Amino acid sequence: MASKRCGILAGWPKLLIVGLLCLSGTAYALPTIEHWQTASGARVLFVAARELPMVDFSVVFDAGSARDGDRPGTARFTNALLMEGAGGLDSDRIAERFSELGARVSTWSERDMAGLDARMLSDPQQLDTTVSLVSLILQRPDFPPQAVARVRKQMLTALENDEQSPGSRGSKAFYQKLYGTHPYGSSSGGTPTALQQLQRGDLEIFHARYYSAANALISIVGDLSRSEAEALAEKLASALPTGEAAATLTQAPETTQAQELHISHPSSQAHILLGQHGMRRGDPDYFPLYVGNHILGGNGLNSRISQEVREKRGLAYSAYSYFLPMRVEGPFLLGLQTRNSQKDEAIAVLKETLENFVHNGPDESALAAAKQNLIGGFALRLDSNKKILGYLRMIGFYNLPLDYLARFSQNIRELTVEKIREAFQRRIHPEHLLQVVVGPTSSEQPKRP
Amino acid sequence: MTMTQLAAFGILISLAFVATAAPIAPQAFKLDNGLTLIVQEDHRAPVVVSQLWYKTGASYEHAGITGISHLLEHMMFKGTANHGPGEFSRLIAREGGRENAFTGRDYTAYFQRLEKSRLGVALELEADRMRHLRLDGAELEKERQVVLEERRLRTEDNPRALTNEAFYATAFQTSPYRHPIIGWQQDIQAISIDDLRAWYRRWYAPDNAVLVIAGDVKTQAIRELVEHHFGAIPATTTVPVVVREEVPQRGAKRLQVAAPARLPYLLLGYKSPSLKTAAEPWEAYALTMLAGILDGDDSSRLARELVRGSEIAAGASASYSLYQRLDSLLVLGATPAANTEMPALEQALRNQVTKLRDEAVSERELARIKTQVIAGNVYERDSIFYQAMQLGMLETIGLGWQRRDEFVAGVSAITAAQVQAVARKYLRPEHATVAVLKPQQMDGDEHGK
Repeated sequence: MASKRCGILAGWPKLLIVGLLCLSGTAYALPTIEHWQTASGARVLFVAARELPMVDFSVVFDAGSARDGDRPGTARFTNALLMEGAGGLDSDRIAERFSELGARVSTWSERDMAGLDARMLSDPQQLDTTVSLVSLILQRPDFPPQAVARVRKQMLTALENDEQSPGSRGSKAFYQKLYGTHPYGSSSGGTPTALQQLQRGDLEIFHARYYSAANALISIVGDLSRSEAEALAEKLASALPTGEAAATLTQAPETTQAQELHISHPSSQAHILLGQHGMRRGDPDYFPLYVGNHILGGNGLNSRISQEVREKRGLAYSAYSYFLPMRVEGPFLLGLQTRNSQKDEAIAVLKETLENFVHNGPDESALAAAKQNLIGGFALRLDSNKKILGYLRMIGFYNLPLDYLARFSQNIRELTVEKIREAFQRRIHPEHLLQVVVGPTSSEQPKRP
Repeated sequence: MTMTQLAAFGILISLAFVATAAPIAPQAFKLDNGLTLIVQEDHRAPVVVSQLWYKTGASYEHAGITGISHLLEHMMFKGTANHGPGEFSRLIAREGGRENAFTGRDYTAYFQRLEKSRLGVALELEADRMRHLRLDGAELEKERQVVLEERRLRTEDNPRALTNEAFYATAFQTSPYRHPIIGWQQDIQAISIDDLRAWYRRWYAPDNAVLVIAGDVKTQAIRELVEHHFGAIPATTTVPVVVREEVPQRGAKRLQVAAPARLPYLLLGYKSPSLKTAAEPWEAYALTMLAGILDGDDSSRLARELVRGSEIAAGASASYSLYQRLDSLLVLGATPAANTEMPALEQALRNQVTKLRDEAVSERELARIKTQVIAGNVYERDSIFYQAMQLGMLETIGLGWQRRDEFVAGVSAITAAQVQAVARKYLRPEHATVAVLKPQQMDGDEHGK
């Protein structure tokens, strides 16, 4: 295989590079990330991609539900109203304008971030009009009272929707139990009580506090020169208040004992979640934990959990584990869904697989395979503008080094079985797991087979 | 399309601008054994996608063996005469690849995404499992349980999915589109290893397959590589399935689905031709336009009039499948807003349909959809996977991959009169099917242990 790989590359013009390519495994130039600040202080990351006549950008604020305070749902409620009226334009006009421009613009919010994504053609006039409208939305939202009332109802309906899904119920309960009163404990969608209490003025205050230049990151990928990208970023950020960066989030308290929670739900399956605190973005243990998890439960059917739960025993369709690195320690989660009558067996397999992994670490061959997979597949992470934009957002928002992508493969290559085992033993405590099960209680018969 | 035509449509986007991004045209070849190969060069990133499409899927099945295409798709990862169970996935992973498969009504497809120099191993393995799958009884019993869990997860425990399944089973009387892709539970339980062997032998053959390769490749080199791996497979003559067409619908149909849920849900569908079955292609493009008028983006009628304007719906959507082998459904779906009764919601959806039949849509609405289509044609090129999907699907359902490039012109040529004509012809009350999800009480509370 190796000779064939180099054989194909030998068709490239520069032989010197070919030699490097075969050694390093990164067979092409990484996107060049340029960065600067706008006059108002917003940070900007930019990658020029001139092949297609289109531009993607996202503006992200440290304004996710971690900033909700004692009113869960504030961040999402605020974010959802951005496109409902701005600068005197109502929601119909805003939607029509974007549509007529062929632009796709959407807003979103999670625990750490809230923001706006936009995709448009790079034709200068259309680009200019689209960007002007986006800046209006970010800087001068009107929060029209009728839209506030309607979005409130829609968010309440979304909560009802969550209640009929065992997966959503499990996930919400897991975060609640794991994080308690820490800002990650509440769900981004809010609670019925808080949504009923939130008034238009609360959203305006939240917007004024968090949608500021100092709290913003602009990521741009597309068919622009550096100076065009600078002009775009200026336009987006110029009228944002300078503001100040959001306060540092407090650490989440460690869990020190095992907990079990059962939520009764009339489903045929039990949805099982096990977990604990995981890691943050930029964590010194990021690579050993990430690669270890890739072997444990992060690489589809090849992962140990999938092998044990699905391939050997046919207990579940989906069985996995993952770390969700966030600003402060996000969760480490293991999960599966199985018919209720065999949930105890499935939980036991899941726990045993984790215990074995933490105790023994990965074997050499599994680590070698994981390295080959992650390094050999690195190009797949960056094969579209959309994916590159996702990396810019992550690198920028979490202040990761700008050579994060350039060092990615080397960071993985350096790992050893010992490093992974040591990191898992230090960070993961199978005896202190939180266990959440959603499904019929043992005495109940499920309504369907 | 010329600039004068565009000006007549009032399109804001300059097509001349977009045309600078014209993609490299795909090329297609037929091997002596009947295998069709389509190559789409795209040199933006050093990656390649391989998709092998088989002309078989849920619409090829009959009562008693529904779900067999999907079950066989799962079994395709269980090894061949030359490779053990799971080895396919392991070998692809070792090359840094990601792989999976999907089953639809009209196709079963297998794909790998790889760094471009590593395509050979994927082709070697796909060629091997095209004819040499080892279907083992013990592996089947485990995988049958996995698929039953998949069905519980996706359908049994999801009230909307249950409603959707019952809706299709009611709307279609004789067409195989009445069967769920995953199959009815009893059929999944009853399919035997011999059934699978027969299904595999019948459909997994070079003349019944379409291989699409897209990415940073050279067409001639790919042709040679594919010839090398697939050329030795003996020629086959696959006998197509006799299509059982849908009988004309004689009167409206109505059903209720009672399931544990919090929110009601409504589906309203009308029998409609696909591009494959339409008497004239423009009818299918007019139906695409019609679906876009209802639900193209936030400026479309359902969002503007039902979600925002009258606030009758918490959410509403419309969908139409242009690329299907058989006659399809144009479907409107909606969740009522908090204070809306279901009859009022249904009436609102029906009023939307009546309006399309009675009144010509405005030129502005038409122009918006056309603008979105032209821009969308650029945006979709950000994903080589999506490009390959389109080519594979068109070829597999028998339209031919060349039809991909007629889409923009096809939709752009549609007039308001044509939209009204298809509304009158197909959105007829006597051809409607209405499904209503009636939420049943969900008891549930938490138990800490």
